[in-house]
Amino acid sequence: MPYADPYLLPLAALLTAIGVTTIYRLEPDDAFRQSLWVVIGVAFFAVALVVYRHDYRRVERYKYLFGLGSLVLLALPALPGIGQTINGARLWVKVGPLQFQPGELAKILLIVFLAGYLRDKREVLAQGRLKDFGPLLLIWGAAMLVLFQTNDLGSALLQFGIFLAMVYVATGRASFVAAGLALFLLGAAAVYQVVDHVQQRVTIWLQPWTEEPVLCAQTGEQALRQDCGSFQLVKSLYSIGNGGFGGTGLGQGTFTTTTGDPIIPYLNTDFIYSAIAQELGLVGAAALLLVYMLFVARGMRVAIRADDGFSKLLAAGLTFGFALQTFIIVGGVLRVIPLTGITLPFVSYGGSSVVANFVLLAGLLLVSNRANAQHTLR
Amino acid sequence: MNDQIRKLALVGTALIVVLVVATTYWQAWAAGDLADRQDNQIQRVAQFTVKRGEIIGSAGRPLAKNKRQKIGGRTFFFRGYPQGGLAAHVVGYSTQSRARAGLERSLNDYLTGSNANLGAVLDKLTGATVTGSSLHLTLNLKAQRAALDALDGRCGSIVALDVRTGKVLVMANLPTYNPNLIEESFGKIAQIDAPCRPVAPLINRATNGLYAPGSTFKVVTAAAALDSGKYEPDSEFVDPGYCEVYGRRVNNYDTTRPFGKVDLRDALKYSVNSVFCNIGKELGSKRIVEYAKRFGFYSTPPLETPANERAPSGLYEQGELFDPELDSDVDPGRFAFGQERLLVTPLQMAMLAGTIANDGVVMRPYVVEEIRDPDGEIVTRTKPDELGRAVEPETARAVASMMRGAVEDGTGTAAKISGLAVSGKTGTAETGVRGLNTTWFICFAGREGREVAVAVVVEQQRSTGGQTAAPIAREVLQALFGPTANS
Repeated sequence: MPYADPYLLPLAALLTAIGVTTIYRLEPDDAFRQSLWVVIGVAFFAVALVVYRHDYRRVERYKYLFGLGSLVLLALPALPGIGQTINGARLWVKVGPLQFQPGELAKILLIVFLAGYLRDKREVLAQGRLKDFGPLLLIWGAAMLVLFQTNDLGSALLQFGIFLAMVYVATGRASFVAAGLALFLLGAAAVYQVVDHVQQRVTIWLQPWTEEPVLCAQTGEQALRQDCGSFQLVKSLYSIGNGGFGGTGLGQGTFTTTTGDPIIPYLNTDFIYSAIAQELGLVGAAALLLVYMLFVARGMRVAIRADDGFSKLLAAGLTFGFALQTFIIVGGVLRVIPLTGITLPFVSYGGSSVVANFVLLAGLLLVSNRANAQHTLR
Repeated sequence: MNDQIRKLALVGTALIVVLVVATTYWQAWAAGDLADRQDNQIQRVAQFTVKRGEIIGSAGRPLAKNKRQKIGGRTFFFRGYPQGGLAAHVVGYSTQSRARAGLERSLNDYLTGSNANLGAVLDKLTGATVTGSSLHLTLNLKAQRAALDALDGRCGSIVALDVRTGKVLVMANLPTYNPNLIEESFGKIAQIDAPCRPVAPLINRATNGLYAPGSTFKVVTAAAALDSGKYEPDSEFVDPGYCEVYGRRVNNYDTTRPFGKVDLRDALKYSVNSVFCNIGKELGSKRIVEYAKRFGFYSTPPLETPANERAPSGLYEQGELFDPELDSDVDPGRFAFGQERLLVTPLQMAMLAGTIANDGVVMRPYVVEEIRDPDGEIVTRTKPDELGRAVEPETARAVASMMRGAVEDGTGTAAKISGLAVSGKTGTAETGVRGLNTTWFICFAGREGREVAVAVVVEQQRSTGGQTAAPIAREVLQALFGPTANS
């Protein structure tokens, strides 16, 4: 990979290191497992680079297979027997001792499919003929189905956001994005009416603190919302606030009671940002976000330098997916949007996430290698 | 497509910028509000890693100190209260399981060193244990103990102030509680029983207990009467044993013995209701409210304890402080001798006695003498502060001499101490339950330039303030002035 972007790999390595360090500080046992997953992720990364070192664009031919694969993966948690519901959301698959979130890989397969499909159809789509939108409406339907099945606003928002971004890049029609957003909001509103879990998430987001006791859905008793439904969000905000400007310092943060009971649940997955923000403070948290911003900037640069439509769409989709995922989880933790449990790329504890992110990195490096090589050789 | 990608790159970057802004909001802008929230468990736990400043009473005896404990590699400093319930309502508590109270709450910033003292900031940066500043209180623990002993299990409250400075020397309440039990045995505190309802052992009765003042309020009326220039101590009245207000008779405490011809001096000495009733009708209720305000009524008495643990004294209606707009809103006759809807705190009544003894100048009460940083350097030292003048010096001195008479050979003789000039006023307020009274004694005494004012209230008593509260005040004065006062 002599021509690959020289920044992406170090940035990803930095994020991974921050992640493993933080996980080690929070749960040393998890850090060991996370390191193993990093090794597996790097293996996938290496295999992808070796297999596609000449021309990754071969995958374009199998785009429908990728699309189908993505749908199957998304549907897996809904299957009885292997599907697992954790924390109210149906995102997990368990086969024997192996437990993973297929949504993470489905995201990448979806991007590959969309890159291939949209490169094919971008001219006709731009004309706005309704029949060409069939497969796209199918995707919208699938995203809604996923949302309904998994009860998870976050992954649906992520999949659909990537979809809209790629349609926009392919067609240049902002009106499509507006129509898509309207459709998504419509669907989300419908789901909100029907699914309690989604309603709770939104209520918690709008009003995490109450002065008077309200009905607590978990216990069926009256309690202040900060002691009930919103306790995770509120405690995570307290953690962030406790960091202040300079943070408490690594290892000096407060995450457990004096008797050693954890105060914030899911601290090394969903809430890892609030752990980092407490110990490193505003200075450290902002620095971490800047690393994400640099990664996004480099990824988009790869897309701009790429020569063919497929590569451009692939790189733009992967990069935007990375940015949107960061926004959804950190924005949820910071109460910018309703909180949903997805992972912070490269940093959160979680095998499927680590592997998926290294595959994403491999994709960006492959595109950049080819693009830069052509610029240099020309 | 590059145009679109550039716009998408902008969107992606903007999303991250939003996160930076939101993080800045929570960590810089809203951090203080988050830290102040009482349900902030992280803040509560984090503060146990701070070596909290001690709280120290008279003679260097600690009221609150730290117990060092290592759990899971971290050192925590938990609170211990060596004196138990002795001054629990002033000191308060700092525990994980409950919100803080008392000085532990209101002066938390000093105690945890988060009041921007440079040493604490450096400790935080270098990862060393942060040490807070210590509080040195004005409380005289010997007299505090004597006050609790004198209450002898009865519900009540005692406040003693240094007249010239406003230092709180005694602030004792029964029932009290052992702050060491708050964390793990709160149930035991909930089970505390005492001969009064509500029992409320956690309430600082001295600053937050509202009681009918009974005849102790006559001190305000007498001061208003003299200060207005309408009356002299020698002004003559005729006491028929009762007073007519709005066509209804209000009796003296003892109706069998009308005084007949009596002057104002003797009316205060023997607590003759009808005389004060007539003064009240003459002055009007608004003028009496006006004077009460000058003594500090109608505003929350200043003290270092949390504001929500202090209540203002005054007329109350349906639980709200009520300031009459018209004279006719309040029955001036009954108001003048401490009935009507008047409710007062023991601290306010001690301030009243102290103001009379201090020639009419109200001193700001304070309980924290000085705050010292971990090196022993003084961070702040409280200077005595005048809140204002309530009455002219001549008025104060005339009322003082009338109160002296009440202890010499009036209703308050039980407070007499040989070798110490005690001046006081008794009060006996009906509780609404027949035969049960809230009894009062407010007084001041001085020797060799040192003067002390004391207010005593006892709940649910079957006899008078002179019989129940005055002897308690005597015990407290003896503890404050030492054994030589007995000889």
